[in-house]
Amino acid sequence: MHLVPTRAAATRLGASCEPRGRERNWGGGARACCSLRLQFRGQLGARPLPPCKVYVRSPLAVRRLLRPGARGALLPGKGGCKAAGLPGALRGGQCPASYLVNACWHCRLSAMSQLELKRNKVLEARFVADEDVLKHISDNGGVKVRKDRAQLALNIKRFVKKLENISDDDEAQEILEEQNYVAVLGACAEASELAQTPGKNVTFESSQYPEKPASTPQSNKKYSASNKAQLKSKKNEFVSTTPYRLRKRLSAPSLRSDSESDYSASCSEEEEEEDKDHKETSDVILDQKTPSKTRAAPASKKTPAKKLKEEMTSNLVEEYFEAHSSSKVLTSDRTLQKLQKRKLDQQTLLVLLNKAPPAFTAELKELNQQHESLFSKWMLQLHLGFSIVLYGLGSKRDLLEKFRTSLLQDSVHLVVNGFFPSITVRSILNSITEEVLDHVGTFRSPLDQLDLIMKRFKEDSSLELYLLIHNLDSKMLRGDKSQQILAQLASLPNIHLIASIDHINAPLMWDQAKQSLYNWLWYETTTFSPYLEETSYENSLLVQQSGSLALSSLTHVLHSLTPNARGIFRLLAQYHLENKDNPSYPGLSFQDFYQRCREAFLVNSDLTLRAQLTEFRDHKLIRTKRGTDGVEYLLIPVDNGTLTDFLEKEDEDM
Amino acid sequence: MNEDRFPFQPLSSFLMKKTDYFSQGKNDSEDSGLRFASCQLLWKQINSETEKIQEELNKQLFDNLIRFLRQSHSEFQTKTTEWMCRMKSSEIPTAALVLGVNVTDHDVTFKSLSEVLQDNVTPYVVSLQAKECPGIKHLLQKLMGQLMDCYVDADSSEEEECVNISQKKIRCSMASLSKWYENVTKKTGSETPSKKRTSSSRHWQSPPVVVIFKDMEIISSQHIHEFPLVLIFGIATSPMIIHRLLPHSVSSLLCIELFQSLSCKEHLATVIDKLLLTTQFPFKLSEKVLQVLINIFLYHDFSVQNFIKGFQLSIVEHFYSQPLSVLCCQLLEAKKRVTSLSHNQCENIRSLPSFRRYVESQVSEKQIALLTEDSFLKEVTQTLLEDLHIYHENYFTVLRCLHVFTTSLPKYPLGKQIRELHCACLGKSVWETEEYESAIQLLRMLAKDELVAILQKCAEIFISPSGKQFSNTVEKLEEFLARFQNLEEANEVQDVSVSSQKELQKKTDLYHLQKTLLALKESKRSKKLTKFEMLRFEVVDFIDSLVRSYLAPAEMQTLNEVVYFNTANTLREHLNAAPRIALHTALNNPYCYLKNQTLKSDVGCISNTAPDICIVYKLHLECGRLINLVDWLEAFSTVVTAVEGTDPEAVATDQVDEIIHARFIRAVSELELLGFIKPSKQKTDHVARLTWGGC
Repeated sequence: MHLVPTRAAATRLGASCEPRGRERNWGGGARACCSLRLQFRGQLGARPLPPCKVYVRSPLAVRRLLRPGARGALLPGKGGCKAAGLPGALRGGQCPASYLVNACWHCRLSAMSQLELKRNKVLEARFVADEDVLKHISDNGGVKVRKDRAQLALNIKRFVKKLENISDDDEAQEILEEQNYVAVLGACAEASELAQTPGKNVTFESSQYPEKPASTPQSNKKYSASNKAQLKSKKNEFVSTTPYRLRKRLSAPSLRSDSESDYSASCSEEEEEEDKDHKETSDVILDQKTPSKTRAAPASKKTPAKKLKEEMTSNLVEEYFEAHSSSKVLTSDRTLQKLQKRKLDQQTLLVLLNKAPPAFTAELKELNQQHESLFSKWMLQLHLGFSIVLYGLGSKRDLLEKFRTSLLQDSVHLVVNGFFPSITVRSILNSITEEVLDHVGTFRSPLDQLDLIMKRFKEDSSLELYLLIHNLDSKMLRGDKSQQILAQLASLPNIHLIASIDHINAPLMWDQAKQSLYNWLWYETTTFSPYLEETSYENSLLVQQSGSLALSSLTHVLHSLTPNARGIFRLLAQYHLENKDNPSYPGLSFQDFYQRCREAFLVNSDLTLRAQLTEFRDHKLIRTKRGTDGVEYLLIPVDNGTLTDFLEKEDEDM
Repeated sequence: MNEDRFPFQPLSSFLMKKTDYFSQGKNDSEDSGLRFASCQLLWKQINSETEKIQEELNKQLFDNLIRFLRQSHSEFQTKTTEWMCRMKSSEIPTAALVLGVNVTDHDVTFKSLSEVLQDNVTPYVVSLQAKECPGIKHLLQKLMGQLMDCYVDADSSEEEECVNISQKKIRCSMASLSKWYENVTKKTGSETPSKKRTSSSRHWQSPPVVVIFKDMEIISSQHIHEFPLVLIFGIATSPMIIHRLLPHSVSSLLCIELFQSLSCKEHLATVIDKLLLTTQFPFKLSEKVLQVLINIFLYHDFSVQNFIKGFQLSIVEHFYSQPLSVLCCQLLEAKKRVTSLSHNQCENIRSLPSFRRYVESQVSEKQIALLTEDSFLKEVTQTLLEDLHIYHENYFTVLRCLHVFTTSLPKYPLGKQIRELHCACLGKSVWETEEYESAIQLLRMLAKDELVAILQKCAEIFISPSGKQFSNTVEKLEEFLARFQNLEEANEVQDVSVSSQKELQKKTDLYHLQKTLLALKESKRSKKLTKFEMLRFEVVDFIDSLVRSYLAPAEMQTLNEVVYFNTANTLREHLNAAPRIALHTALNNPYCYLKNQTLKSDVGCISNTAPDICIVYKLHLECGRLINLVDWLEAFSTVVTAVEGTDPEAVATDQVDEIIHARFIRAVSELELLGFIKPSKQKTDHVARLTWGGC
């Protein structure tokens, strides 16, 4: 009842696994390795059964395809190696593609980029559909396997030759390591077999597990002469750069290899470390569980297959919960600061973007023309009491602007830039009452204002207003109350509303009642044009930008203040920076601060200081916090980098 | 540009006429003015018709309500003991109106309700809507305001005083309310006290509002002595909600009576019956369009208003896009319009698929005439239009008749509602469907009583409308009915014959007995098919023939394009859009929109030449919960440089190209704007992913 693979199978395994080692060397880091798949068939046979099949994905294919002149699909080179018995599922073509191909782009691509560096050639890189990978795998399976393998081996040889031509220092070493690695992989595969077939007597020589430092591509060269200490630190990085799915895969063989005593210390050390790392996640991973189970209870041979099948059908929902199951998120620790990237401000960004070559101009123009042909239809439908909402990818600002200039020039209209961070419903209502209705006076609440507007519009049917709202779903307008008011405005027969939405969840803003007030007609206007205006405001941008704008606002505010006030802020900022490494820094207490300011001849009484502080507080330059002892502490809610930049700039000015 | 809104005041507020927009749409627009006019006219008629339907449907409900109000009111008047009792326990008479979940229709109902109340019961009707009253202050303010307005309307002599009060924004409280009421009754009410009653009707659908009501009711119960207040609540879900939302102390103060409004399904059935299954309106919906509208109704909102809105949209679309829709009007008018058709319009007629089919079926001389002579074409068109009209008349009558038959069948193979049957008949030849087959099979098994009842109903249907075409049918039906009558007598005769047979048996020997028994058995088997069964078969066959001759699918009719709106797609796009799917498609497969060969790729793949945002999106899909920006940027630049073939040495320096960096920033901020990611504080330079799965 045991499955005993032949020696030949083992060697074949080794051969086809070879790419893994190559990939590692080649990617310059342990992050990239191939995904390995085993398929067992006919486990219950009494005689030795056909050898397990090994599906080697990507790295090999990558290499083959990235050879200069080669065209075709780049299969996702996965940073993980996974050996799994997948009967039925693959054959039936049932396995969810996402499961098969949740490749880590990071690894894949960094491997690619390394390749490019070495090749110094222009390549065509292309993502490949999950289905293709599946097909590729199933193509390789079956009769063709052997043939393919021969071919693969050939390819590798050719590649090795190629590599020799390239003058690379550690080339020889690389190949050596690669071979080692391959051998280990073979062992690994056998080990997993062993796990599947308890009581099997197979002896194999396992060589040293080639420990390769995991390094980010850019730091690759620095670490080529690696020592033990570095290795250690890099190992950590390896772990952290691996996305969870990748880790999941990595952990599969590693657990199995744990059972093998032949492994070198460094290897098991790595595995242990890894294991420790995802203790929390390992419970849910079936891959890890099943082999150990079979080891323990040989009778339950069928279970792994069953369980794996279940896992194959794991859908996106499970994926979601898996991602949210542990509070720990495993991503690389790299930061933009380490990248030594100059932060871009809005201006430079725009300049740079203008330099970027525009793509698909003809197609975009055609797309726009299609939309523009609808203008008069929109106008008609607006007049018939419908409101129009535009959706689809791409900025619809230009389109609406064109609509406005071409058709609304002769009528009263109001353009609302919803993406503007300080827009409120009240300001919209104000501009209607003040500038459209010429109403003087204030209102106690927006509802009163709305009442007046509705009354006026109902009374005077000759009054007509076109309301153009860019980004009706912006942060400031998406509130329930705002939407209610806007919906009621839109329900007036002589207010014609045309708006655009972008957020994927924008339609959730409206319940049935609001929708019927709005009386929407939906128009898909995918323009693909960049959201330049919409994203140009500080709060819609990511971290890259926050610093620069905060800095400029800081300088602007402080320039408008007296030199004394500036000095006060400087004092606080300096103190703040002195304590930046102190995690329990509560802030500067008011009394201390007052003393310091007095000593520097900046204030003469605490009242003047308080007056200055109010000024700062109004501009959100400082924050006060009461400590546990009731003392008032002052803090600067700006990140340290910006503050340092600011002080440097101030010094220059002085 | 830092201005957030721009009002534009044109110098002259000259407005283009709507017809101008109508005509601008199509270059070959023909008779756009006429088309627009008939569109508007048609819509007006339909709109008034729907209002009428609404009114009729609500009539009973309103009558009940008014009776309830009158009753509680008259009790107050006469100070009967019952009212006194109630006053002692401080109960407010309350009517709870269960309206169903089609919230959007309620506006109309309440509007007409308050109108009816104002006309019939009291001038003091306040209608408050939950959405308009976010706080107790607003609620009272609104209540006061509306009351004052009513008051002004009721008695203009008090105008000055009232205006003063409302403008000053007096302290709105129940105290002032009752004071005001006393005021009114004192001054003007002495002669007409019967008219003074306040009823507040309000929409009450959302739980948060109820907190407001709570106070309101506690206060108001104290004032019930001074003035009669009647509350009307509109409830969307179930009457239990009152008890759940209001604490016991409050609900015990309410004397609630329930009123159930008509279900929205019945409402829709009436609307369809009156708007679609009639020859009154020339405009028709094709099967697919109707299916879209009904699906939106059934699966999305249960809103008859939205159904009518969809209907309106299809009217507009039809008249806008079909130049020949100019002929979509009453028959006489259409005939007149045919004569004044331009040459282009004649060409339009010739290019109609249904007309081409018609031409092909004609003899060759006529074909040539139809295709070359405009005047001849116009003549033919007139007759064809008339045919179409007659087809519709027959169609609806036979449809109703068939519906009578099918509703009596178990399991309703052709649908319970007439709209389902209508859809089935519109789309394809109904007699070719399996459902029809089984329906006919079932009809052949109907009991006599049922069959007779159905036949009588059918006869009524055929007689009632324009009986001219169906005089033969009616005759035939009556003949059937008469034969069923006769059948009963015949049964007796049959009994006699059976008994005679029995007599016959006595005189035979065993062999003959066996023979006769066999013969009897056979005759019995054949007898099953005689008389009643025969007649039943005849009836069913007759119905079948009616269906085959009159319920031909509309698409087969010549010139059906003139009156049928059949682009269901546009309707679905505009009414029931899927913005998420559009976004997903654009990001995943930009080739759908940008017809560039470089973007063409297999399903699920993305070409690296794709717009930045697509690449960034694709990359982000492969990440877990958090995404490291640095890794992301690197991956992006790798993909992009691989495409552009920029000097790899530049990349080798590890400094990502500034332009690429900028492009990445833009794409990421765009994704943030679209709601796919958000900045995360969990880790530096990380963003959190917000979506899972492919939309």
